[in-house]
Amino acid sequence: MPVETASLTSKVRAIETGSHVVAIHFTGESAAIATGKGEILIAGGCEALIQAHKGAILAAAGDGKRIFTAGDDGKLVATDIEGEAETLADSGGQWIDQVALGPSGTLAWSVGKTAFVRANKGERSLEAPSTVGGLAFAPKGLRLAIAHYNGATLWFPNADAKPETLAWKGSHLGALFSPDGRFLITTMQEQALHGWRLADGQHMRMSGYPTRVRFLSFTANEEWLATSGAQEVILWPFRTRDGPMGKEPFMLAPGPSGTRVTAVACHPKQELLAVGYSDGMVMLVRLADAAEVLVSRPSGAPVSALTWRADGKILAFGTENGKAGLLSL
Amino acid sequence: MSDKIPVTVLTGYLGAGKTTLLNRILSEPHGKKYAVIVNEFGEIGIDNDLIVGADEEVFEMNNGCICCTVRGDLIRILDGLLKRRGQFDGILVETTGLADPAPVAQTFFLDDTVGGRTALDAVVTVADAKWLKARLKDAPEAKNQIGFADIILLNKIDLVTSEELREVELRIRAINPYAKIHRTERCDVPIQSLLGQGAFDLQRILEIEPQFLAGEHHHDGHGHHHHNGGPKHYHDEDMQSLSLRSDEPLDPDKFLPWINDLVAKEGPKILRCKGILSFKDDPQRFVLQGVHMVLDGDHQRDWKSDEKRESRLVFIGREFDAAAIEQAFLACVA
Repeated sequence: MPVETASLTSKVRAIETGSHVVAIHFTGESAAIATGKGEILIAGGCEALIQAHKGAILAAAGDGKRIFTAGDDGKLVATDIEGEAETLADSGGQWIDQVALGPSGTLAWSVGKTAFVRANKGERSLEAPSTVGGLAFAPKGLRLAIAHYNGATLWFPNADAKPETLAWKGSHLGALFSPDGRFLITTMQEQALHGWRLADGQHMRMSGYPTRVRFLSFTANEEWLATSGAQEVILWPFRTRDGPMGKEPFMLAPGPSGTRVTAVACHPKQELLAVGYSDGMVMLVRLADAAEVLVSRPSGAPVSALTWRADGKILAFGTENGKAGLLSL
Repeated sequence: MSDKIPVTVLTGYLGAGKTTLLNRILSEPHGKKYAVIVNEFGEIGIDNDLIVGADEEVFEMNNGCICCTVRGDLIRILDGLLKRRGQFDGILVETTGLADPAPVAQTFFLDDTVGGRTALDAVVTVADAKWLKARLKDAPEAKNQIGFADIILLNKIDLVTSEELREVELRIRAINPYAKIHRTERCDVPIQSLLGQGAFDLQRILEIEPQFLAGEHHHDGHGHHHHNGGPKHYHDEDMQSLSLRSDEPLDPDKFLPWINDLVAKEGPKILRCKGILSFKDDPQRFVLQGVHMVLDGDHQRDWKSDEKRESRLVFIGREFDAAAIEQAFLACVA
C-alpha cells in the first residue's frame, strides 16, 4: 500500500561545505560542522568559518560549548562559538584520529597506540597493544574504554590499578558504553558488534551486517541500541539484565534497494530516530509505529554526520560530498 | 562507483630501491598529486605534500580463516585520506622490505569502505638484480613479493653482467611467469608503465599469457590443455605456477562450486589466481581473480566472433597439488 511520505525538506536550511562532513557538534545554539578540509563552519545563530587544521579533521567531540577536533596535521584543537581556537595537543605531525569527552570535561585522544587523558589533575597516557580503534568514557566516574585489536582495555586514569582487558578476537574499531554503564559495545572490522556485560565479562555477539557499523546510538528511553551498517536500522534490545543476549534485533526504516544505513542518531528526549543513508537521504522515523518523514532527498553521497542538539529541537546532518543541513523542529 | 581512487602498492626487499622508485614517481612532471603511505615516517627523504606514516598491523579476521588477513593500519589511514577526497589523484603505498603483499591486497577486497572507494591498481615489486638470487634462497618474504607482483622492476642492472641478468630473470619467471619485468637502473622506468594498470580490475583482464624474455620465441599453445607454458629452465623449490586451459566449454554448475571449494581449502597455498572462462551456452566471458581465499568473479563482456572461446585459469602459489587441480578443472567440462 503506497503511502505518500510526509516531508520536511522545505524546512531544512541547506549548507554547502565544499568537502567531506566529518562530524557535527552543537556549540551553544549553533552547529559546528567539521570538514575534510580542516574547517569548522558555525551555522544557525552564529555564523563563522574557522580554519582549525592544516589538513583533514579526522574525528571530533563536543561538550555543548566547544568542539574538539583531531586532525591529520597532528593537532587537537578546541574551538568555541566565537571562533576562538585553542591547540590542546600537538603530536608533531602524527595523526590524532580519535577523540572523546568524558564527565566533567575530561578529554581523551589517541596517537597510534597511545591513548592520552587530560583532566584537572594533568595529563596521563597509556600504551594499547595495537593502534587505538576507538575511545569512550563511561557515563559515570573516570573510566575510559580503549578499543583495539583483539579486545578493549578499561582504564581508570586517576587510579593506579592495572587496566583491565576485555578480550575478543578481531579488530575493534569503535566503542560505546550503555547509558546505565552496565555494558560496553564495540564495532568491529568483521562487520559485527561485540559487547561485554561489565559485571561478569559475559560476551554478546551482534552480527549479520553487510558492512562495517559506524554509528551506535541509544534511544531516549535507553531500551534500544540503534545501529547503521545494514539496509535498515538494526535495533538491539537492552531493556533487560541480559541485554541483547539470545535475542533477535528489531529492524526499522529500510532504505531503497542497494542503499545502506550509514548514520543513525536517536532523539535525546523522544522515541524518534534520525536515519542517514548511503545515497544521502535523511529520514525521521518514529519508533512506536515506524512512521517516516523525509528530511532530505538523496544527494548522491553517503550521510557521514548526523547529530541532534541536546534539547532535541535541531537536527544537523552532513554527507561525504559536502552537503549539510539543519532542520528545526 | 567509477571514480574509485587508484592505489599502487610498492614492495621490494630491503635495499632494492623502493624509495628511489617512490621519489621518481613523485618527481616526474605528470601533473598529478599523490598521497603517499610509508612505513617509516620521517626517516627517509621523500618530498611530497601528503605523506602518512604507517605501522604495519596485520589483523586476522575473526572468521576462522587463517589467510584472511588485512592491514588494519591501511584501513585506518585510507579511511582518513578519504576525508580529503578530491585533494589528490592517487595513493602510493610503500611497504617494508619484510612485508607480505597479500594482507595489503586483501584489504581492498575484505573491507567494504576501502573497496567501495578505492581500487587496488597493481602490486609493483622492486628487485635487486645483484642480490635477488640470494634473497630468494634465504628470505621467504622476497619470494612472496616476486610471486605476488603484477610488475617487477629488475633494478640495478648496471651492477650485473648480461648472463647474470638473464639468470635472475629466469629465476623470477620460475616463480611468476605472468608479471611484466622492466630492467632498470635507479628505477628509471616511464611511470605510465607502472600506474593505471588495473591489474585487479575484472573488466580489464584481457588475456592470460605468460610473459617471455626478450629474444625468446613464443612456444606455447597447441595442445588441448597443458600447464606451465612458460620457460622451464629453472624450477623454484617451493613456489610454482600452474596454467590450465580447456577448449571445451565448462559447466558453471560444476566449475563455480569447485573453484570456491578449492580456494576455501587450498587458499593459504594460493598467492594469486586469475581466469577467463567460457561457460556452456553463455555468450559472455566470465572472468575471475583471487588472492588466497578471496575470490572475485563476474561476467565481463560478450565473446567476440573472432575470439577463440577457450578457458584459461592460472595459479601462482606454493606446494599445491598441480595434478589434482588440473584433473578437477578438466572434470568441469560441460
